[in-house]
Amino acid sequence: MATLRQFKPEEPWQAPEGEPLVRIENITKRFGSFYAVDDISLHIHQGEFFSLLGPSGCGKTTLLRMLAGFETPTSGRIFIDGQDVTDVPPYERPVNMMFQSYALFPHMTVADNIAFGLKQEGMAKAERQERVAEMLALVQIEKLAQRKPHQLSGGQRQRVALARALAKHPKILLLDEPLGALDKKLREQTQFELVNIQERLGITFIVVTHDQEEAMTMSSRIALLHEGRTEQVDPPRRLYEFPSTRYVASFIGSVNLFDGYVVEQDDDQVIVQCDEADTRLLVRHSQPLVPGMAVTVALRPEKVRVLNQLDADAPNQLRGVIKEIAYLGDVSIYHVELPGGKRVQFTQSNVQALAEQPLTWDEEVLLGWSANSCGVLTE
Amino acid sequence: MKLKQHLPPARNLIIAIPWFWLALFFLLPFLFVLKISLSEPVLAQPPYLDLIREIEDGLVTIMVNFGNYQLLLEDSLYLSALLGSLKVATISTLCCLLIGYPMAYAIARSPSHWRLPLLMLIILPFWTSFLIRIYAWIGILKGNGLLNNFLLWTGLIDTPLEIMHTPFAVYIGVVYNYLPFVVLPLYATLIRLDLTLLEAAADLGCRPWKQFLLITLPLSLPGVLAGAMLVFIPVMGEFVIPDLLGGPDTLMLGKLMWTEFFNNKDWPLASSLAALLLVALIVPFVLLRHFERRAEEGAA
Repeated sequence: MATLRQFKPEEPWQAPEGEPLVRIENITKRFGSFYAVDDISLHIHQGEFFSLLGPSGCGKTTLLRMLAGFETPTSGRIFIDGQDVTDVPPYERPVNMMFQSYALFPHMTVADNIAFGLKQEGMAKAERQERVAEMLALVQIEKLAQRKPHQLSGGQRQRVALARALAKHPKILLLDEPLGALDKKLREQTQFELVNIQERLGITFIVVTHDQEEAMTMSSRIALLHEGRTEQVDPPRRLYEFPSTRYVASFIGSVNLFDGYVVEQDDDQVIVQCDEADTRLLVRHSQPLVPGMAVTVALRPEKVRVLNQLDADAPNQLRGVIKEIAYLGDVSIYHVELPGGKRVQFTQSNVQALAEQPLTWDEEVLLGWSANSCGVLTE
Repeated sequence: MKLKQHLPPARNLIIAIPWFWLALFFLLPFLFVLKISLSEPVLAQPPYLDLIREIEDGLVTIMVNFGNYQLLLEDSLYLSALLGSLKVATISTLCCLLIGYPMAYAIARSPSHWRLPLLMLIILPFWTSFLIRIYAWIGILKGNGLLNNFLLWTGLIDTPLEIMHTPFAVYIGVVYNYLPFVVLPLYATLIRLDLTLLEAAADLGCRPWKQFLLITLPLSLPGVLAGAMLVFIPVMGEFVIPDLLGGPDTLMLGKLMWTEFFNNKDWPLASSLAALLLVALIVPFVLLRHFERRAEEGAA
């Protein structure tokens, strides 16, 4: 998966002494007996493009609404720029939100929609008009200023919603599924624009999305939520390459999971006995593990190579039969059945239009991967 | 495709039914009224001369008499009755809106399991006959009625208040009776309002009171207009409430029409009053529609 950032962003979350822009401390939100958000703590820093990712019902929208001030946490505190805003009403918070439904005021023109927040602030008319023009230019809809929302297409409405939310130059912009209502082509194009706008303005973006690809593409960091809790908070690459739990590994992309137990460990490698594949796997892992401990080895399909012949010295080799092939154009996905019945997925890029010896159904293949390409999960 | 164009589509048929209904039960009777309004009153049965009369064998004349309309314009009684009706209708409409809007708003914002019972309470009075409800108000408002007895008992007043047969009693009756016609369309508008819009306004720095002024109120104007028309139009011609609750000085078109028709047996004059009332109601609304349409075209 591609990352759109042209330069490596600074990593403010690595510096522990700096005060984060948003400090969420042990936030819990209970509806009746249901915990929508269950004891979440997060630090989000100035200039981040931070994604709250998870399936529907994981609590990401509730968390965003608590940041905006539309929901009051059952317990815990929220700090923005060092100030406790837990009990501050939405109209006094230094954040603005772009709603999933866009929530444009239907009785106002595009320009009036964008000027709405500025008017509430009491900004002078001349300055206001200037700011509106600036916002219209930013999202490239100068010609639509006098239209009403019902005269706009979905993509145009999305731009108005973005312009309206940015007009007040908030410290933080909250975006609830900002691309959810757009079709695929427009969504990909808008991803680039969102990132560009965020980098240009330097405003911190906090985005709620259920689309992992969207989160991977745009974010500086992602918090993966599951049943009201954070599973892992990391930059996209770390989240993908070093998932910390089975849930993260299987939510982001595809993964092969081998259940087993630790046989032995030296400095930076661990040997895992995996009964379902009837083999021992060698994995690079530096955290100490106890022999006998139940663990899971996670292996991404694209890390697997097809070997020509068995190499007696190399670890991590499996023999199996190709049972299914999915041709996706750029890559093909192969499902290989091991002698014990377990299936392993691997992908190959289709480098040549017509490969000389393409892999085919019921063909026996030898698969292998390096100890660096897989990981051990303890949860 | 060709065949389909020749057959009358079902859509036209469906539209034709209400048109037919209006023509048969509204336009046609109104033409009768219009005809009578242009005829001369006589002491006979029916008490007017037909417009088209046979004078001699085969000789037919059409006599059109504008005298009734002339009388309406010349006698200030009728103009003051029109103004009286306008005043009662305007004030009652405003009162209904002022009382009905908060009611509709409260119902629309109440928990969903409360809405149906509350709406039922609004509709419930309709289950009793209109006349009985107005008579009940006489029982409440009259000199030794419920209200006065209660106020005397509490010691707030020493002598009974004179409410019956005053304009105030008419307003009470009219507002009470027409309130549901404001509450229901307003409720229908307010319940459809997307609450995310209020969140968006709050998010942009708008306090609750201003959220109402800038978002809820403008977006509920269609409901306000519908409710206002449902009160204003019937109250303009209202007869029963001013007759039962009002006094001799309550001058309204409906009452006057009744007097001309039944007491004075002057059908032509009563008919011309009816025609005048219709014009007084239709002209402003046609103009309003015209300007609305112009504004819409201007926006597009």
